[in-house]
This record gives sequence, C-alpha cells and structure tokens, in this order.
Amino acid sequence: MPEPAKIRDPLDMPEQRRVIDRTIDEFMHLPGAAMVVLNNLQGRIGYITKPMQAYIAERMNVPLSKIHGVVSFYSFFTTEPRGKHVVKFCIGTACYVGGAEQLIDKTKQVLGINPGQTTPDGMITVEVCRCVGACSQAPVIVVDDLNHGKMQATRINNVINQILQSEAVSAA
Amino acid sequence: MKKLNSLDDLARFSQHSQHLNALKNSNEAAILVSVDPVCIAKGAEAIKDALVAALADAGLGNIAVYEVTHIGNPEKEGPDILVYPRETHYVRLVKADVPEIVNAIKTDTVVTRLELPLPVVKDEELHDPEPKEVRVILESIGKLNPLAIEDSIANGAYGSLAKVLGEMQPDEVIETVLASKLRGRGGAGFPTGLKWKFVRQAPGDEKYLVCNADEGDPGAFMNRKVLEGDPHAVIEGMAIAAYATGARQAYVYCRAEYPIAVNTMNLAIDQARRLGLLGENILGTDFSFDLEVRMGAGAFVCGEETALLASIEGGRGEPRVRPPFPAQKGLWDKPTNINNVETYANVPKIIGRGVDWYSSMGTEKSKGTKTFALAGDAANTGLIEVPFGITLREIIYDIGGGIRGGKKYKAVQTGGPMGGCLPEKYLDLPVDYETLGQAGSIMGSGGMVVMDEDTCMVDIARFFMEFTQDESCGKCIPCRVGTRRILETLQRICKGEGKPEDIPLLKELCEETKQDSLCGLGQGAAGPVISTMEHFMAEYEAHIYDKKCPAKVCRDLIEFSISDNCTGCTSCARYCPTNAIAGERKEKHVIDSSICIRCGICHNVCKFDAIVIE
Repeated sequence: MPEPAKIRDPLDMPEQRRVIDRTIDEFMHLPGAAMVVLNNLQGRIGYITKPMQAYIAERMNVPLSKIHGVVSFYSFFTTEPRGKHVVKFCIGTACYVGGAEQLIDKTKQVLGINPGQTTPDGMITVEVCRCVGACSQAPVIVVDDLNHGKMQATRINNVINQILQSEAVSAA
Repeated sequence: MKKLNSLDDLARFSQHSQHLNALKNSNEAAILVSVDPVCIAKGAEAIKDALVAALADAGLGNIAVYEVTHIGNPEKEGPDILVYPRETHYVRLVKADVPEIVNAIKTDTVVTRLELPLPVVKDEELHDPEPKEVRVILESIGKLNPLAIEDSIANGAYGSLAKVLGEMQPDEVIETVLASKLRGRGGAGFPTGLKWKFVRQAPGDEKYLVCNADEGDPGAFMNRKVLEGDPHAVIEGMAIAAYATGARQAYVYCRAEYPIAVNTMNLAIDQARRLGLLGENILGTDFSFDLEVRMGAGAFVCGEETALLASIEGGRGEPRVRPPFPAQKGLWDKPTNINNVETYANVPKIIGRGVDWYSSMGTEKSKGTKTFALAGDAANTGLIEVPFGITLREIIYDIGGGIRGGKKYKAVQTGGPMGGCLPEKYLDLPVDYETLGQAGSIMGSGGMVVMDEDTCMVDIARFFMEFTQDESCGKCIPCRVGTRRILETLQRICKGEGKPEDIPLLKELCEETKQDSLCGLGQGAAGPVISTMEHFMAEYEAHIYDKKCPAKVCRDLIEFSISDNCTGCTSCARYCPTNAIAGERKEKHVIDSSICIRCGICHNVCKFDAIVIE
C-alpha cells in the first residue's frame, strides 16, 4: 500500500518556493512591506503556514512575532489551504436582512459542512464574510470572486452543482 | 504614449480625446490601437506600425491610426484594435492579421474570425437619476470608460489640477476648499479645508497623503463605485490636495474585499503616470507627486484613521490615542492628510465649477451633495446622490419607491454599525451631519438600510453587536470586554432568556463602552443598541417579559406550523434544509418542530400562504 500523501509545506515545493522568494524580493524594500508581501503571498500561494511566516521574517529581517502578529490580526490571511473553490456568504446588514442565514442553513444541508469548513474532498470551502459592498443585490454569495446577487435558498443547489459540473468538465 | 509636458499639452490631449470619443457618432474612418502595457508586451506596437504601412500601401493613408490606453481586456483580448466607422473590435491580433484587416476596411467588410464585439454592461447598482437626485460625484459613472484615461480627460478630468498648478498658490487652494465648506465624507464631517491647513502648517518637509478607501460599513458601497467608475476624479482630487498640503507621496488604502476597485485604481494610476499626470514635474511644473494602492486584509477597524496608518506601515491595524492627530503625526510619524474617497472626488468639482456653485447645494452647515447606498427593503435599491437637507422620506419614498411589497416602514439604519435606527417619526428630518446626530444616529459614510415591519429590532441590535464584537481589535478593554458583554446580553434576550434587569444593564454597558473606548469603533459600537432601545423598547420588553418576538424573527421564540391552506404541493418539504417537513403529494404537510430550525425557507417558498409562524 502506498503511503498517504503528506501535506507538504509550500516551502518544500520548489515551484512554490520560487514564488515565495520572488514575492519577497519584489516587495520587501517597499515602506510598510510586511502587509504587501503577505497580501501577495496569500493571493499567490493561497495560505501562509507557520514555517512560511518564519521564513518571511528571516528574509525580511523582522521578528517572527511581527509577521505572525499581522497574519493573525487580519481575517484575509489563512494558515491552512482552502478548498479548490470558495463559496462566501456575505453577512452585511442588507444581506442579513435579506435572508443570508437561510442560505447558510441550506448550504449546510447540501454540502454537510459549516462555514469555515472544507468538504472532505477538498473541493469547496464555505466561509462567511463581512459586507462585500454589493448591497443593492442582497443577499449576495461570492463564488470564487464572482458575485451572485439576489440569491435564494431555492437556488443554492444549482450554484453548488454548477461548481461541481465545471470541475467534472475540466477533469474530463 | 507621450508624456504631457505642459498645461497646453493637457488641453491638446483633451481635444484629441474628445475627437476619439466623437468617432462613435461620426462616419470618420480611424483605427484605435490599445497600447496597454500587456498589449505592448504582446506586440501591439509592431501591429500598429504594420497597420500604418499597410494602409499606406492600400491607398488608405488618410485613415489615422491612434494609440489609446485601453480597449478590451488586455490579458484575454489583447492586442486589440477598434476600427471606425463600423466600431469593429478585433482581438488577439498578430502582425499577419494586418493585411486581412486592411483589405476588409477597403472593401467595407468585417474579418469575422477576429471580431469580438465589445460587451454592453448593464449597471444594476446605478439607475438613471430620480428627479430629486443631484449627481455630482456619480455624474460621470457609467458614462465613461474608467479603464481608459482618454475618456475621463475628454470629460474634463485633470482640468482642475491644471487650473490649480497654473493659477493658484497652495494657500489659495486651501482657502477655496474652506470657503466651499466641504466636510469629510467618511462620516465625521470635519471641515476638509481646515484639515489641509493643519497639514500644510505642520512642521517638516516630508508629508503624506492618504485616501481612506477602506469602506467597511456593511450596507455601504458608494466609495467602491467611485473607485471603479471614476478613478481619475479621486486621483485628481488627491493631486490637488497634495499640492495644497505639501505632500509628495500618497497611498490609497483599499479594502481587500474590493478587488475590482483595486485593479481599476492601479490601472488608472499607471495610465496617469504614463501621461505624466503623476510622477516628477507634473505637466512641466515643479510639482511632483505619486501614489500607490495599498490593500487591507479584512479588518474593519482599519477604517479608523490611526489603525489605517498602522496597517499601511505594515503592522497590525490597531488604533492609537489621538491627539496627536495624523495632521501632526501620521504615517511614519510625519504629518499626514487623510480623507475619504468621496471627499477627494468632490475637490476637482469645487475647483472647476467654483465655490458659489458648490455651496448653493445643501444646508447651512452641510454643503454639497452626499452619495448614499440605499439597500434593504426599499423598492428601488442602489446608489443615489442627493443634496444635503433632503428628508429621509424623500429619499426612501420618492427616490427609493417606498417599501418593497407594500409592507410597512419600520426603520432606516444609517451610519453602519456605529450608527442608529430611525423610526417613522424621523422621516421628515432633513439629512445632514447635525440632525442625524441629534436624532441618535450618524451620517457615517452613507449606508442606508431600509427595514420593513418584518425586521426584529432586537435581532438587528444583536446583529450589529456581533459584528462590532468580532471586529473589535482588542487593544482597549472597554471595547473588547464591553462589546462582548453587550452581545451576550442581547443573545440572551433573543433566546428568550432575558431578565428585566437586562435593560438597565444594557444601558450601563452601552454608556461605558461609548465613553471609555479608545477609538471610534468602540465609541460608536453601542449606537445601534442605544437607538433601538430608545425607539423600540416595546420590542425589547416583549422579548424579555412575554418571551415573544413581535416581528417573528428570533428563532428561539417562534414556532412554524402548516395551516389548512396547504395544497400538498411539496415545495416546502423539498427546500427544507433539515427535512423537517413530511407529507404526501396533494395532502396537507406537517412540520416536525423538534427538527425544524425555524429558518423560514418554507414560509418564503409557499405560494399558498399556508406556513404559520407563531
């Protein structure tokens, strides 16, 4: 039996490592560089692990406590990989009044996971987020950066199916 | 693209851009080539040269070929060109395509294999203005292409900067803005000219300028729209502010939730820089100024100015005590001017059209117009812009079309999580900074969420407190602990576990959090609780004494059942997220209340009004 694949840190993957180095080199000399480096790494790698934080701190010659302090302060920075697709539920005022909670309830049933969790196959992560600023279209859900406005609980199934179908197509 | 090296260069470029704009409605033959950096990297310049040569060879040398900053999406469609008078958009070109295109021009046909019509985008957020609106900030949004600087310049952008650089001393600019009585649109309403004066007078040569584009209030999206729809108005306003205050470097701090706004701003800044409207010796003068976009990372408190500065400096976005104010000690301890997106966008209009025009709009103390994001249960939601002094009733009923579905008005929430909820008796209040404050809410940045009779005000108070508690940075104890205790009390009340003494307790907690917190977040956090307790005490009492939620929202206080209206259509059972509904087709269904989570989906999908909530 083959060993189950261990999750490797991006630092240990040559391609990812190059992205990390390039990103640090590109931005480390800017004033206030820590936020810029971390924002770009979050975007390019998708998460910032503890070993990555230590590496960044060393390369930028700042205390690890500073890098970790920033990573843990802002909700956009994550330390673990997320699913291939991310479904975000806006819970701003207009979306809340417009029934965002119902949408989350329905999604729990369809995917069997709570906000903040990822499906066991690593395909979909469900998150809630504060106002995405599309309030006139409330309630809004965001699927991989694309806003779906005036969402209804009755359409949640379709949205999830679309994600899974697009995956099936690209796999084929 | 050639840099504009004088004020005259800008005037000529403006005329040139107007000419390009007019091509749409003329029969003139011309070709526009996108010279976006991505298109250039893919060979746009060689294509342009080949076009010019091929046109000359074909005897069409009279057809002009112009460079423009942007046509279609450069990544997906570049290099691309636009051929007039047909306005044909040819995409993903290579040099070898050129003869075919020139031949098509000659024979007045189209090379269909290369054609991709430009998309027609429908804006769901910005409708045609209603009669009571006055559009100043939103005037050009949707009418010009924010991705091509020519469009903005044809429309007069950077004209006010040219006027300032050519005719005005920095002090005159400050006096003009002071005289206009422009106030900060971020919510606090501080006189903008006065802030600029403080920064100008602050000692030191190194000064910074910051644009607060961290529009975090749930329910507000005016600034996003301005950044996405008219970025050059913000850049021009910032350049004028930099000239007036003596700043040379600026940052636009934009929240990470607005990726399109960030991209649009970055593109606009790059185009302005290529034309010499940013950088060293702008328009040939000795004024130098540059700016860059810095992204937040999902922390609401970073909208507070000292927290925002800490974030730009690369650290945790925690606020600090003021004074010293940023005008004295801001970014990297240097004097710093911070204004909101909309404040900066007002500046070119004031300089361009004059103080008298500007102060003819609004009330005695609040001049000009304000954009609002109308959302919630209003019939027409979207962005609006009105002169100060208009009443809430005019906004909600005349512009917003009243309450959706003919329901009854309950409250309007203004000012976001630091604001308040105003009941019907305040509908005839004129909207300006002072009156909203006196009524127990705030202007805030301009979010306006309308709530109908189905909204539970205790639940809304809980909702906002959950938000502020979550977003409290934890630096000061009154906010960190106060918001948590208030939230726990409200959660208890919503669960039906409230006690009579919770009301005085809430009042005390609110008062202390408001008084003792370090920054605006904590000081304002109790706003929604205080205002709902003041105006909707009966609802709090119903939750506490009768264990009832009058609006039938709080899940622990309601029960769902199915009446005889049920036709057995099965719709509710299909959409129930917990499979709590059972029943045969065409027979009355039943809800198992031990499984039911009271989400209300069945109530929404039932077409026969058979779901009863008690």
